[in-house]
Amino acid sequence: MDLQNQARIKELTEQYGGENIVMLLGGAEPESASIAAETVTVGDPTFAGPLAGVSLGLKVYHVVEPEIKAEFDPKVYEEQVAMMEMVLDVDNLVAEVAKMRQEGSK
Amino acid sequence: MPVVKGVGYSLIHAPNILYHNGTTQTSERKKNPQSEYLAKLANHLRSYETALAYAPNQVYIGNIGMDELRSIPRPWYSSPVAKADRFGPYGEIMPEDEFYGLIKIADSFDLVRLEAEFSAAVKAKLARHRYLGNELIKRLSDGKELAQIQKLVDDQGAEGLFIAGRLVGCVRSAHEIDENLSAHVMLENLVTKASSLLPLFYLLTTAGAKPADIDYIIECSEEACGDMNQRGGGNFAKAIGELAGLVNASGSDVRGFCAGPVHAILQAASLVKSGVFKNVAVVGGGSAAKLGMNGKDHVNKNLPVLEDMLGTFALLIAADDGFNPVIRLDVVGKHNIGTGSSPQQVMTALVAEPAAKLNLKLGDIDHFSAEMQNPEITEPAGAGNVPEANYKMIAALAVMAGEIARGEILQFVEKHGLIGFAPTQGHIPSGVPALGYFRDQILAGRAKTCMLIGKGSLFLGRMTNLFDGLSLVIDKNPGLKPAETGISRDAVRQLIAEALRDMAQNLKRG
Repeated sequence: MDLQNQARIKELTEQYGGENIVMLLGGAEPESASIAAETVTVGDPTFAGPLAGVSLGLKVYHVVEPEIKAEFDPKVYEEQVAMMEMVLDVDNLVAEVAKMRQEGSK
Repeated sequence: MPVVKGVGYSLIHAPNILYHNGTTQTSERKKNPQSEYLAKLANHLRSYETALAYAPNQVYIGNIGMDELRSIPRPWYSSPVAKADRFGPYGEIMPEDEFYGLIKIADSFDLVRLEAEFSAAVKAKLARHRYLGNELIKRLSDGKELAQIQKLVDDQGAEGLFIAGRLVGCVRSAHEIDENLSAHVMLENLVTKASSLLPLFYLLTTAGAKPADIDYIIECSEEACGDMNQRGGGNFAKAIGELAGLVNASGSDVRGFCAGPVHAILQAASLVKSGVFKNVAVVGGGSAAKLGMNGKDHVNKNLPVLEDMLGTFALLIAADDGFNPVIRLDVVGKHNIGTGSSPQQVMTALVAEPAAKLNLKLGDIDHFSAEMQNPEITEPAGAGNVPEANYKMIAALAVMAGEIARGEILQFVEKHGLIGFAPTQGHIPSGVPALGYFRDQILAGRAKTCMLIGKGSLFLGRMTNLFDGLSLVIDKNPGLKPAETGISRDAVRQLIAEALRDMAQNLKRG
């Protein structure tokens, strides 16, 4: 996750409190999604950004996870996400993000 | 309709520029000079011969076809091409020492200094180059003493030019305090200018055009040239055209991050269709900054650092000749400001909507070229197989349109997709590298309709979070209509009548 985004997330968390923030991912690669999820839960694994050593413990989901899909108006989901849902490796994305959520979300 | 009259594609192997000037490396040197990455990097750089035998590079210059690449086992870096050639039908792969000579040739302000012995050796090599005439070779003046160059690097902030770790030249700063004219920026800009020459020379040959035929140049590389009063003032286009002897051309620069080249093609085609110009060259030089961009991932995974190639291209968009493939301008796919930035909205705007307006099913389009990044570069960096992801998205749109079943996505990808082969130089992979392939396929009658897609990430400039993209349909040329051939129907009738009259009179005389 780039350093500017890490800084923004840290700032928002300080402003609103981690319990009021849900991090929603849309990346296509399970490996990258896992790193992004790790960054906002246990901290930046590359130790390069503002979240290095900072465990925000945010609740983090990928947009294709069933809990999130259920929150959408089905028409909006069809218009904005259905195509990617067909293309993505949904099972692995869900597994990677869920794993980080279980390990690091407060 | 405007046509794609010719293409030129060339690469330059630039491991030393990667090492010293790529932004991943310069950033690391600033932040963490003792890093393990920098210590290991040199051992992961490829030789020219290895880069030459790398299959995607041979595809780029047209020596290997797309289908052949598909059959070469991956990893390609472990499957060197047996008959690797420096020269191909689209262009060449130039070694770095000769390229330093080309940088000196492109230097109009005496900013580049080459060491005397090195300069003489490079001059002898370039003098044998098929496209560099005496006028250009003469610009390679006698070199300087190494001690003088070393002093410029050590004391005056000049950027060193190296071969295998040995200092062989430098690029000096062009201003005392202006960052836009610093040695670093001047090196990047001279790399862009010099590298643009190569595809332009090959383009003129493949298109059968003379330098004086070109009316206008649109330059669409990654850099911006200017000074502190106008950072992106330009004009690379005219600077390049001047060097290439395009004496009748004017020009300007077009930018749009990775979508820049397709914007440039659209503008070139529009200028031709409107009749303003007959021959417009679109040219993009290489990006020094992006060399070794994913180097850390490549080194971590014990791979060769594959982003050691400067990518370049040049295209000639010309008035309809009844033969070359046409660029359709009646329908253009574009990402509008109000389109939205989800991948589905982007791909619908760029692919599904223009196809529908042309009454085409997605399956009617023989080939698509979107982001043609070489997957061997992007996969180790966690970015996946980018062209394949694009083709899957297009196939998913075909499913949503009821054209194919969900289980047929992979077949669609196989049939309409291409294998990524382009160096990750930003503007280079974005649709354009396959235009030569499209042109060849259409001229050979193996394809009728292809789509070129450019996509750009505008958030990188921190001015907007909007996405960007454009797509163009390239079609087989239907041939000129009688009115376009310059002979009207009436004129033909008159010619026939005159011929019959002559024949009747001859018969009478006989």
